[in-house]
Amino acid sequence: MRQHKEKREIRFWAVLFWLIAWQLSSMWIDSDILLVSPIKVFFRLSQLVRTIAFWGTVFFTLLRIAFGFLLAVLVGSVLAGMSSRYHRIYELMAPLVLTVKSVPVASFIILALIWFSSRNLSILISFLMVLPIIYTNVLGGIRSVDKALLEMAEVFRISRLHVVRFIYLPQIMPFFYSACSVSLGLAWKAGVAAEVIGIPKGSIGERLQQAKVYLDTPDLFAWTFVIVLMSLAFEKLILAIVKKCAAWCITVREKHI
Amino acid sequence: MEDICISNLSKSFGHKKVLQHLNLTINSGEISCIMAPSGAGKTTLLRIIMGLEKMDSGCITGQKGKRFSAVFQEERLCEHMTAIENIRLVTPCLTAETVRQEMEKLGLRDCVKQPVSELSGGMRRRVSILRALLAEYDILCLDEPFQGLDDICKEQILAYVKQKTIGKTVLFVTHDEKEAVQLKAKVICL
Repeated sequence: MRQHKEKREIRFWAVLFWLIAWQLSSMWIDSDILLVSPIKVFFRLSQLVRTIAFWGTVFFTLLRIAFGFLLAVLVGSVLAGMSSRYHRIYELMAPLVLTVKSVPVASFIILALIWFSSRNLSILISFLMVLPIIYTNVLGGIRSVDKALLEMAEVFRISRLHVVRFIYLPQIMPFFYSACSVSLGLAWKAGVAAEVIGIPKGSIGERLQQAKVYLDTPDLFAWTFVIVLMSLAFEKLILAIVKKCAAWCITVREKHI
Repeated sequence: MEDICISNLSKSFGHKKVLQHLNLTINSGEISCIMAPSGAGKTTLLRIIMGLEKMDSGCITGQKGKRFSAVFQEERLCEHMTAIENIRLVTPCLTAETVRQEMEKLGLRDCVKQPVSELSGGMRRRVSILRALLAEYDILCLDEPFQGLDDICKEQILAYVKQKTIGKTVLFVTHDEKEAVQLKAKVICL
């Protein structure tokens, strides 16, 4: 997990360098439609955040993608647990997981639009994108559990709850953490892509689509910036919660055992 | 408590016959030391008695429903947990203070709260021995428990094991005859 943090470290000077490069490029191209400057994007964003509609749009997308992600985490973890316990369920899940992994997200979006309304499309799409990652990783974590420790637990008659908490969870948590880390960004990308195609009313996807229709590049960049910010904030929040839960589950206070 | 009677026990792994038509009785309430050359099936026998391995044929009586405790060939400790937490995981009835006192007797005072992953091989060994001795059990299985310990440490732990296992049924696997003599164990050669 520490390695992961180091890898993601972003230096201020590097950000500044790219912002300056962006500004200079937009000045050189001199066309807001082709490449708007970061200053104009900032001004557009500052206008947007002052409106109630902006926050409504943000929450519309945030709630749906977050719900799809959390649902996938729950379902994926439960299915992984069942697959590790019952081989038939593993066999049953294998083609399904492979299909969800292989089918292009656009096909799912179009199929979902034929079956349902577009309003909750991003829930389904983020769910489908996250589910196989969580399922595969958690299953891998369960399978990597040290069999010698499980034998030890069997001989000493350690309770099932303690086996899960002190033997399984420490092994599964790194797998789960990395699965969450990978799938969080994916949930946002796929969820917003679904909204752009489905255009549910009041979503960020609808705003991006409008920006495309009206060639409103400042709006496009401003909303993209909002998506990136929300995605990063959501990722930080979820990973912090996962870390906290892992620490709580794994850290043993003497009174607990 | 009844004796453990093993009759006509056979076990193979693939084509390799590890135990063949083994007959022996392990008296309850005493230490039985199983001695045999490497690869003769000592560990397999312990695993079958503990129910961790299935036998191919034969019969064992006197071990069903019994509570086991064990020192395995490897320590089998939860690496993220401290020494005392590892012991308390299998001894929920003992207070932390009692466990701490017992750890002091085996020279583990300074590593009570240290994660076992940071302990030396000898210390880890002592933690796993203490864990087995403090757990509640009817039959204690010791699979080469003193390997990797220096002579002074071994003497100290042998004395401790001897004191803690008075009147208990103990199955003890070793290569070292001296250990069996020191524990006044009944020697069984496979």
